[in-house]
Amino acid sequence: MAFAMTNGGDICDERFGLNKAVRLMGPVQLESGGTFAPLDFAYETYGALNAARSNAVLICHALTGDQYVASTHPVTGKPGWWTRMVGAGKPIDPQRHCIICINVMGSCMGSSGPASINPGTGEAYGMDFPVITIGDMVRAQAILLDHLGIDTLQAVVGGSMGGMQALSWACLFPRRVRSALVIASTARHSAQNIAFHEVGRQAIMADPHWHSGAYYSQGEAPAAGLAVARMAAHITYLSEAGLTEKFGRRLQDRPDGSKGAKTFGFDADFQVESYLRHQGLSFVDRFDANSYLYITRAMDYWDLAEPHDGVLARAFAGSKARFCIISFDSDWLYPTSESRRIVHALNAAGAAASFVELSSPFGHDSFLLDAPELNRIVDGFLRAGEAT
Amino acid sequence: MTILRPDLAIIAGNLRPGSKILDVGCGDGQLMLALQQHKNVDARGLEIDGHDVASAVARGLSVVQGDADNDLAAYPHNSFDYAILSQTLQTTRRPDIVLDHLLRIGREAFVSFPNFAYWRVRMALMARGRMPVTAHMPALWYETPNIHHTTIGDFRVFLRDRGVRIKGEWFLSGGMPRGGRMANLFAEHAVFLLIKG
Repeated sequence: MAFAMTNGGDICDERFGLNKAVRLMGPVQLESGGTFAPLDFAYETYGALNAARSNAVLICHALTGDQYVASTHPVTGKPGWWTRMVGAGKPIDPQRHCIICINVMGSCMGSSGPASINPGTGEAYGMDFPVITIGDMVRAQAILLDHLGIDTLQAVVGGSMGGMQALSWACLFPRRVRSALVIASTARHSAQNIAFHEVGRQAIMADPHWHSGAYYSQGEAPAAGLAVARMAAHITYLSEAGLTEKFGRRLQDRPDGSKGAKTFGFDADFQVESYLRHQGLSFVDRFDANSYLYITRAMDYWDLAEPHDGVLARAFAGSKARFCIISFDSDWLYPTSESRRIVHALNAAGAAASFVELSSPFGHDSFLLDAPELNRIVDGFLRAGEAT
Repeated sequence: MTILRPDLAIIAGNLRPGSKILDVGCGDGQLMLALQQHKNVDARGLEIDGHDVASAVARGLSVVQGDADNDLAAYPHNSFDYAILSQTLQTTRRPDIVLDHLLRIGREAFVSFPNFAYWRVRMALMARGRMPVTAHMPALWYETPNIHHTTIGDFRVFLRDRGVRIKGEWFLSGGMPRGGRMANLFAEHAVFLLIKG
């Protein structure tokens, strides 16, 4: 899916469109203390900025997402990851909105990350890349928006880690955000969240091909470790009911044609094993193991209340934004209780907040799947922001 | 104005334009929408039913899914001009605590409820010895959300004991306004505007 870019009279503004890349000098201030520059950004825009520059919608992607929110992924050939939500006639519509989706800092789809070449050395950063936070990602995005000439965002929208960025945007740049839409997300990583991520990181770092992160010149990446990390994480994105419905205890058909027989070995006997192995293997083709370390670390450091003595409401004190928080009843990764905590803080801060828990059997991944009620809510929330 | 349920129409007709309100138990936002459109009100809502919340948010309203018993504590003191509780008091676990919160959060509070001492209700109990089922209380005893039925008489005593002052009161019978005389017998519904004592 592609949308022609006609930028309010400019015949062709090279800054806008599909498959864009730019290097900016920044620097971005990092929470760890230092700064980082230069900053590479890979991003896409859909639709045109209106004359008042008031229709920009920033979509923030999740941990393993990318900028290809509504266009074909160059590696997998699959359609954009949120075409259910973004496109002509959809709630986020390039005919109404100027949609921006940026590969997050630390990732591996073109924005600066551990696999990027360090201009100082001519080699990949690897572990020399600074450990970043969600806030760092957002401050970097702000630098790109400055470059695009976008001061105010009509809305910041994101699911999962994208929701963390949306929250962070509203708190770090209260003047620049009019609406924040936070789906299946949280204001902090719990011990359980951190624990699952640590399993994934240990799997990567235990892979002999990891070479302390300096595997880029070694010819082989820690694919086995990254695949295990993905398998463990993928379980947390689904619900038990969803897994049971999809696979139950059903066994795989064997290559010799026998159906549903146990091998009494350690092949993927169960369909759920085969599915997870496939998820792991297909992931390593499109994702960098070090990026996985860096981004999961950024998520683990995520606690919006921390700089405010643990009082979440204070994080929202300066924000004039409207908020819409959406959770899913089968999401046990970022359960409804975490969304409710955000909502109570927003109410305490006097912010204009909406919140709904939607029912879906698909667990955390529900936000990416078909949920008509989700679309209806997003549409209404965004339109109400346009009316004012 | 959109045709509102009669008790909501009374509330809409008696609050100051331009005020900030919290509608507790706002349903799909019918009252909020009418108040926004016609009274220039800054409206927020709280509703327990997820489908109603989805509908309200899809209409562009700021509505939070939650319930009066658990979620009012998060709202700061005097953060609204009016807190509104229409047809919801009798469904809460602790109406007394809910009322305290309403008058803490709002400078004034509208509270409406069905009157359990309405003569048809009394008749059902007296003549048939059965829990009343009326147009306004259509559910059977085991499935009704109304777990704390009250009467206008009980409510007045309740307010007096808690030192809450009545700033306005309206009564309905068959959907039509009626006077306050013998309201506890002849009013099907009551709407009170309350302020801290």
